[in-house]
Amino acid sequence: MSMKALRAPLLSSLALLAGCQSVLMSPSGDLAVQQRNLILTSTVLMLLIIVPVIVLTLWFAWHFRASNKKATYDPDWDHSTILELLIWSAPLLIIIALGAITWVSTHKLDPYRPLERLDAERAIPADARPLVVNVVALDWKWLFIYPEQGIATVNELAAPVDRPIQFKITATTVMNSFFIPALAGQIYAMPNMETTLQAVINKPGEYQGFSANYSGEGFSGMHFVFHGVSEDGFAQWVAQAKANGGDLSRDAYMKLAEPSENAPVAFYASVAPGLYQAILTHCLQPDSPSCMTRMDMHAPKPEGEGGAAQPMGSAATGMADMSAHPAHSN
Amino acid sequence: MLAHPDLTTLIFGRLTLESLPLHVPIVLGTFAVVALGGLVLVAVLTYFKLWGYLWREWFTSIDHKRIGIMYMILGFIMLLRGFADAIMMRAQQAISFGDNMGYLPPEHYDQIFTAHGVIMIFFVAMPMVTGLMNFVMPLQIGARDVAFPFLNNFSFWMTVAGALLVMASLFVGEFARTGWLAYPPLSDIASSPDAGVDYYIWALQIAGVGTLLSGINLLVTIIKMRAPGMTMMKMPVFTWTALCTNVLIVAAFPVLTAVLALLALDRYAGTNFFTTELGGNAMMYVNLIWIWGHPEVYILVLPVFGIFSEVTATFSRKPLFGYTSMVYATVVITVLSYLVWLHHFFTMGSGASVNSFFGITTMIISIPTGAKIFNWLFTMYRGRVEFEVPMMWVLAFMVTFVIGGMTGVLLAVPPADFSLHNSLFLIAHFHNVIIGGVVFGLFAGITYWFPKAFGFKLDPFWGKCAFWFWVVGFYFAFMPLYVLGLMGVTRRLSHFTDPALQIWFVLAAFGAFLILLGIASMIIQFVVSFRRREALRDVTGDPWNGRTLEWSTSSPPPKYNFAFTPLVHDHDAWWMMKKHHYQRPLDGFIPIHMPLNTGAGITLAGLSFVFGFAMVWYMWLVAIVSFAAIVVVAIAHTFNYHRDYYLTADEVRRVETSRTELMARHV
Amino acid sequence: MSELSTSYPASGATAPPLAFYETTESHVPNGTLLGFWVYLMSDCLIFACLFATYGVLGREYAGGPSAAEVLELPAVAVNTSLLLLSSITYGFAVLEMQRDRQRSMMIWLAITGLLGAGFITLELREFAHLISIGAGPQRSAFLSSFFTLVGTHGLHVTCGILWLIVLMTQVAKKGLIPANKRRLMCLSMFWHFLDVVWVGVFSFVYLMGVLP
Repeated sequence: MSMKALRAPLLSSLALLAGCQSVLMSPSGDLAVQQRNLILTSTVLMLLIIVPVIVLTLWFAWHFRASNKKATYDPDWDHSTILELLIWSAPLLIIIALGAITWVSTHKLDPYRPLERLDAERAIPADARPLVVNVVALDWKWLFIYPEQGIATVNELAAPVDRPIQFKITATTVMNSFFIPALAGQIYAMPNMETTLQAVINKPGEYQGFSANYSGEGFSGMHFVFHGVSEDGFAQWVAQAKANGGDLSRDAYMKLAEPSENAPVAFYASVAPGLYQAILTHCLQPDSPSCMTRMDMHAPKPEGEGGAAQPMGSAATGMADMSAHPAHSN
Repeated sequence: MLAHPDLTTLIFGRLTLESLPLHVPIVLGTFAVVALGGLVLVAVLTYFKLWGYLWREWFTSIDHKRIGIMYMILGFIMLLRGFADAIMMRAQQAISFGDNMGYLPPEHYDQIFTAHGVIMIFFVAMPMVTGLMNFVMPLQIGARDVAFPFLNNFSFWMTVAGALLVMASLFVGEFARTGWLAYPPLSDIASSPDAGVDYYIWALQIAGVGTLLSGINLLVTIIKMRAPGMTMMKMPVFTWTALCTNVLIVAAFPVLTAVLALLALDRYAGTNFFTTELGGNAMMYVNLIWIWGHPEVYILVLPVFGIFSEVTATFSRKPLFGYTSMVYATVVITVLSYLVWLHHFFTMGSGASVNSFFGITTMIISIPTGAKIFNWLFTMYRGRVEFEVPMMWVLAFMVTFVIGGMTGVLLAVPPADFSLHNSLFLIAHFHNVIIGGVVFGLFAGITYWFPKAFGFKLDPFWGKCAFWFWVVGFYFAFMPLYVLGLMGVTRRLSHFTDPALQIWFVLAAFGAFLILLGIASMIIQFVVSFRRREALRDVTGDPWNGRTLEWSTSSPPPKYNFAFTPLVHDHDAWWMMKKHHYQRPLDGFIPIHMPLNTGAGITLAGLSFVFGFAMVWYMWLVAIVSFAAIVVVAIAHTFNYHRDYYLTADEVRRVETSRTELMARHV
Repeated sequence: MSELSTSYPASGATAPPLAFYETTESHVPNGTLLGFWVYLMSDCLIFACLFATYGVLGREYAGGPSAAEVLELPAVAVNTSLLLLSSITYGFAVLEMQRDRQRSMMIWLAITGLLGAGFITLELREFAHLISIGAGPQRSAFLSSFFTLVGTHGLHVTCGILWLIVLMTQVAKKGLIPANKRRLMCLSMFWHFLDVVWVGVFSFVYLMGVLP
């Protein structure tokens, strides 16, 4: 028993040591740094109870082994109020501490919340405007649209160091998860929905980004490089995209959106107006059912015309009747 | 789909020769092996004229003990399949780096990890847990059988039918490529048009009927059929955990049924529940399936906590420490398990307050769980701990499980989860609690109750081999995954670019290989124990000096379990009987009321399999006919009023006397 | 076992002798009604899911018709009264059963079945009408959840009617034996349960649906 006894904690501590070099344990963005600190704090808090339990388990099992006749044997002892209070309250105390940390940190590190600091020492400059990046998870590649710069890229992302970034994230067909471990935690990319991630990168470098939610056949190849660069470097990167890229018209987008695996990096010098909003609402072609949905929901329904925009075949014909004669159902 | 209703389409639906994997050598090879094995089995059974015996004594049996054993066999066979998937994944991930794409293309790899998850949860862990509850619980409460013996048989065969559908997908068509919970939109007809997801849906729906009915059955059994004197607070802890588990089954599985039915409607009828168009909302699926999915975790682990309680008390030669707090801990976990489902998708963006609520409720569960661990700890304290194989599993569990519990609580901290979600850290965590908890517990339980079921102990040498291979293999296989998770590696990847990761995957593959040796040791253990059964024979009925009622009857127990209904005075009923020098009654036997075997369960399940298969392949005619047949057979079964009989007092006397003689010979 | 005598302290020897088994066959209480009740609760959860789904999707018209546009309260009012009435007639049947009056019980059961069939007919008529005006379950998430919730209830009622017919046949063949009485009580629970669910459907879907 004692062999195994040692093996478990040894192995796990070895694993943890090795993990110290890992990206989650030495990240480069302030949000990820705080998440790392939270992981470490929580782990230490829990080790306060886990380590004694493991030690006691092995010690009791060994000390009270049947062959050890010197150990006390109390065959009817099965209750002790004080002990029971203790064994309920010890985990309780830890969880109270951890619960408090959870409540505070979850609010403080909420990906939706605008940043309050660049890192532990520096607050956000008063004039800082976040860099907005619209992120679209396609089958199976990432499209990044920079509304301010008017460019778009596929499978490559760049942002200036120490400037807050605001990602607006959605997907086209299936769910993905947008994750750059060095920068910040992940958030789902879901069709028809938008999620937000506010983050900042503190060190220049090339970081891995990928989809962290399985999305089908080309999932394994759905990764990209995130460049943390200086303001100048970023301007150059944008200029390069402007110089080398084509036009991301709606047609070009429709072509891009077709499923492909291990898609190469691509740049677009210009982006069709309203493209991101159209992707988000699934309203890329005027005859798609979603466009109709939005129109009907947000605009007053034109009397008698309701059927005209509907592409639903026989069902649509019936619907046209209905909107034309609302009294029909009586 | 019914535009051209020609006969071929009506009968074969979309099933064509192309659906058979004639061009995939791996699958073809597997098929050849399975087919050959099947043929040999059929030949052997025919040669020894065992079909009649199997049909009469096992397939149609409504004896809870036999049904329990059949559940265990099903679970073990499916474990082999699920583990084959696991080792294929580990091999793929260990070699698929850079230019090497490994030996599994994504469309195959994606099926394998989906099948692995589905099989391990639904067709390994569930049958084994249900099997143990089925076998042990009625014995522990001093009952003759379960409340609804026919339903029990039917439930088992429905589980088998579900398992068969999953197995069929290996050779006819393909399985789902969606991950084990089949999230839409990926599982919608637009993204997964082939038969894979349909196999998934029908396999789980058919097996789900069995699980739900078995849940109701065992629940009613515990409430209604306890021996006189056994009040709730005198029930053995395993029975308590079985009660809570079955409450969870009854209260959770309908949600799974409903959500899979909605997914099926989206796929078959073109509705818009989870689609991205026309108002559907895929996130509703994610919520609903986890409202089932989280209690499911406790459905698996609670009975296992019961096993640990029984085993620890028995082999520490002491009553369980803190019985009452153990019971309350179990009940608290049962209730809380419904309040935590959102922690499976903090990253959906539900907002900080919602996330922290679910994070904190999750942490609260660790309080009763922690209390349980301490209770087992103090059961050993001032005991006489015997290192029999079941007790070794308990110790391995306690050390391993707390690590898994710790990483679990870590994942319950939402900001930490934003970094660790869907990573290999998560994979390591839930394997840590499921293998370190459920699987170790099942093995403890199997070793512990095996002599009760078969009348001889399992060979301890091979048991210890299996133990060490499994435990060491587990640490090798999953500790590297924790590290990889911290390195930001996500799950379900079939190919990697960073060569620095490879060493960890190779280590994990080595661990999986050790586990393979562990499984091999178990198979050897079964064979060796069977051959040495005379040396390992238990004639007392109480090979471990146990504490609860199941040890008061013979091993294996007679059909009727107890010649006389026991009277209970304490939660360690059998211990108390021994303490009072209980004498086994030798005469005064009375006729015993017994249920009759029936073939209706296996027939209905067989038809359900045909129906499920027909639905998967759009064979509408076959589907309609088999469904009608199910209804007709079910109704016909209700016309059978002749469902029980009386075992005569003479027959009881004969059985009991032969036991007396056997014990006399072995004093 | 040989060391048993040493492991147990002699405390038992002085205590009054305890009985550890019953010498007569004890009759285990029948668990069918409890079991069926538990089943109903699990079924109730399926409905709970469908209600929740309707709650989430019930206003997702996707440019299609709204609940107020397609739901016809007068027809549903008739429908509702049929079903409520059938619960009462089933109640009468149970009263007759308890007095062992098989003939009048069968009559009340038949009336119950006919009322149920009337309910189903009206419901199917409503469905057919909706589909004919292009408001089928595929049209929008609202209609998907509407058809599924109401349809699942209808399917239950249909099963109930089938069960009723089977049970009437069995009573005709075997008389009011305990097994049949038990089954009649199960069906009774089932029938009333469907009634309660329908009250939920009626208020939640129809009444609230036609609100602006």
